[in-house]
Amino acid sequence: MKPCFQQDGRRSFLKKSTALVALYLTPSVFVKAFAVDTIVPMPIPKEKLTITINGKKLNLEIDARTTLLNLLREELAFTGTKKGCEMGQCGACTIHINGKRTKSCMQLALTHQNNKITTIEGLSEGEKLHPMQAAFIKHDAFQCGYCTSGQIMSAVTCVREGNAKSRASIQAYMDTNICRCGAYQNIVDAIAEVAKTGVKI
Amino acid sequence: MKSNNNTIFWEDERVDGAEKVNGKAKYAAEHSLPNMAYAVFVTSTIAKGSIKNIDTSKALAMPGVLDVIYYANCPSVPGYISNAAERPKNAIEWRGHKVLHDNKVRFFGQPIALVVADSFESANAAIRFVKAEYAPESFETNFDKARLDAKNLKINSNYKRGTEKKFKEAFAFVESEFNIPIEVHNAMELFATIAHWEGEDKVTLYDKTQGPKSTQFTVSRTFGIPDKNVRVIAENVGGAFGSGLRSWANVPAACIAAKKLNRPVKLVLTRPQMFSLVGYRPQSWQKLGIGADAAGNFVGISHEAITNTSRYEDFREGIVDASKFLYACENVDTKYQLLPLDLSTPVWMRGPGEASGCFALESAIDELSYKLKMDPIELRLKNYTTINPENKLPFSDINLKDCYAYGINKIGWKNRPTVPGSLKENGWLIGYGMAVGIFGAGKGSASVRIVLSNDGKLLLECGVSDMGPGTTTAMTILASEAMQMPIQKIKFKLGDSDLPPGPSQGGSGTTSTVGSAVDLACKTLQQKLKEIAIKSAPVFAGMNAEALEVKNEIVISKTDANAKMAIIDVLKLANQDKIDLTITSNGKTAAQLKFTSNSFSAHFVKLGVNPKDGTIKILQVVTTGDAGKIISPKTARSQMLGGVVGGIGMALSEKLEIDHKTGQIINASFGGYHVPLHSQIPPTDVWFVNKPDPNINDIGAKGIGEIALIGLAAAITNAVYNATGKRVRDLPITPEKLGFKSKV
Repeated sequence: MKPCFQQDGRRSFLKKSTALVALYLTPSVFVKAFAVDTIVPMPIPKEKLTITINGKKLNLEIDARTTLLNLLREELAFTGTKKGCEMGQCGACTIHINGKRTKSCMQLALTHQNNKITTIEGLSEGEKLHPMQAAFIKHDAFQCGYCTSGQIMSAVTCVREGNAKSRASIQAYMDTNICRCGAYQNIVDAIAEVAKTGVKI
Repeated sequence: MKSNNNTIFWEDERVDGAEKVNGKAKYAAEHSLPNMAYAVFVTSTIAKGSIKNIDTSKALAMPGVLDVIYYANCPSVPGYISNAAERPKNAIEWRGHKVLHDNKVRFFGQPIALVVADSFESANAAIRFVKAEYAPESFETNFDKARLDAKNLKINSNYKRGTEKKFKEAFAFVESEFNIPIEVHNAMELFATIAHWEGEDKVTLYDKTQGPKSTQFTVSRTFGIPDKNVRVIAENVGGAFGSGLRSWANVPAACIAAKKLNRPVKLVLTRPQMFSLVGYRPQSWQKLGIGADAAGNFVGISHEAITNTSRYEDFREGIVDASKFLYACENVDTKYQLLPLDLSTPVWMRGPGEASGCFALESAIDELSYKLKMDPIELRLKNYTTINPENKLPFSDINLKDCYAYGINKIGWKNRPTVPGSLKENGWLIGYGMAVGIFGAGKGSASVRIVLSNDGKLLLECGVSDMGPGTTTAMTILASEAMQMPIQKIKFKLGDSDLPPGPSQGGSGTTSTVGSAVDLACKTLQQKLKEIAIKSAPVFAGMNAEALEVKNEIVISKTDANAKMAIIDVLKLANQDKIDLTITSNGKTAAQLKFTSNSFSAHFVKLGVNPKDGTIKILQVVTTGDAGKIISPKTARSQMLGGVVGGIGMALSEKLEIDHKTGQIINASFGGYHVPLHSQIPPTDVWFVNKPDPNINDIGAKGIGEIALIGLAAAITNAVYNATGKRVRDLPITPEKLGFKSKV
């Protein structure tokens, strides 16, 4: 399937990044096999990965083809991070890597040796919600809840990185995260309120 | 916190909010079972024909691959047998495309094989090595071309009252054609099924569905097993907008694979597959003629429509229905035809039928208002009716006039230019537009289990689902109001076919249907409590149940405030650890059937059009709903906001693109199919009439899911006309359609 993209800036960036990940997702051994159209049975390429997730350092041995998103969801049961497109286009899989928001579906897990990952599960302290999570509830900034983890992870860095100065700047920063239920106005309200309180997040 | 009746306090927040913001809410694909395998579809690369051969050898040689299932090795499925005589008695034929069953290709992207592996990575890596050899056949996916040949059309239904095409004799009339492309639901959660056969004829499914009970029925009949042996769990549904109202290929495919491999199988669709495998709003062509006398009274309405369906199934919707009854008019004729194409089957999408139909009707009324030199709201008021002119029954309630009044004031309608293209702000052309939405308000049957424990907690259960509107919250609030009891002590459980039967969540009917059952369950429980209290507690000795009431967690005499007892003490005194009842609430009563019930909306839009390049910026939306009593104000407001966003997408950007040379969808991703983003959303006001409808059900509530979107697109095109003098009748509105060259 070759998706067709229009030529404006954001969408053509998405196109390029999609193509790059497609390449990454095909390990060289398979690319070679594909090219000559023959397959020699081979073991699953396992590699060692040391990674810190929500403050816990993990030493793992993983399938080299695993994306960070699938590692979180399928191997480590951090299902709060959502799979919405696997093309880096919807933002449902947004997490923080060393404090920067990143779409985890576009990242091969192995490229994150020794990195610190924060997922939605790592945002709250036990039962105590993070101020952004509380603001999302207060403003009813979601309906089905499926894009919510990604929206919240982006919302936190939006404030942290100083992008919440106006509604327009919040919206521009948050354009990376699609909400099909259409909770956009409430999401912006939640972010604006957290930014206004000045609480360190 | 809000005060309710001055005595009860309830949070106005979503009751399941915390688990949705902390990532704990589990959706279908997020369950994990021991020894679970992963499945990925291989899809066709032709639009029509047959498969001569599938070479699975290379894929099977890939590490981790367990099986490649396709027509040649697919186990027999009772519901796949077409001949009723050969089909087991308890099986019903699968409706639609029988996935993995035969070698026929019916649309581009149809699943032709299923790779199953012990990990997602292994399955995903192997799909490209499954090679199919095809015998292609000629096909047609071009709606605009095919609809011109009457031979291609299937007559579906005609309707007439009064004289046909009467509008043409009117003082003023318009007759216009409208085109709406295929739109795709594209909920954020990908369709997913985990199937686990726990015995030869017993299966549990974690599935993305709007109806756990309907999926249970589909699966039991497809596999010819008893209903009670099929359990469908859908505790959280990540949006669906209609696409979850039936089961698609992922359901039987996961069941087949799990059965064949004798281990649980997880099958998750990809985003591109979400464009071709789980339905869509059909493409439509409409012709609408409407005429009025000099005073603005409608003389005639003629509404013709064609929508596409697939070659293998008929999908029809109520696209011409609103024209029959939204306004007073003696002469109305409608004609609706289907156009089968070599595409997958459409399905209901938010505001099914009416979203397309009201776009035509409400645009045409706006056009007519300019011909009459009459304000479009005045024109609508001129033809306002409280009696449904199609079935002659009074509307159970209609307050659209209040919606108009609110919107006129809030949007600043007085600033609307009467001459299009004559108002500018900051260099932008400014326009105002409005349109009306309407949708049927039903009430069906539902069962609810209600359990009051002697610790004072109340549990309610119903096998409905909540795809996002906040059903869990609304039902908890309803129980809280009916029982006069704090919301924190109440739990409403849904999303499991093992619970008492509830409807599929759809057609804006959940609150009315399940809400009525919740209300009835609470009243029944109160009655039971009173009876137990009279029997067990000396303080109520000799009293009638009618003399007692249950509120604030006590049973109390209406006349003697000293005669009271806490409900937990009543249970303890009666030596009961709980009261456990299951009640069924039925459809409309004979009295309710003397009315015709609908929800209504009126949307108001102010927008700017950049005169240099045709860019449209929506500046403000006011959306108003007339849907009886609003049970859960906060979530209802969110639903209306969501409808506005959906309507903006419909009006400005959403369009499925098909390459008619190959039949392939060429924009099957969020990069190509543009849904609205944060920065495209204007400040939006939501307002409800919020008056109980006395004739729909005991709770006075009607649905809002559909009316939130229906009419919105027309309000936008009407505002674009007001701003520019250019009437766009083909969605989505693009700068090119306003006469500007594409920047690409």
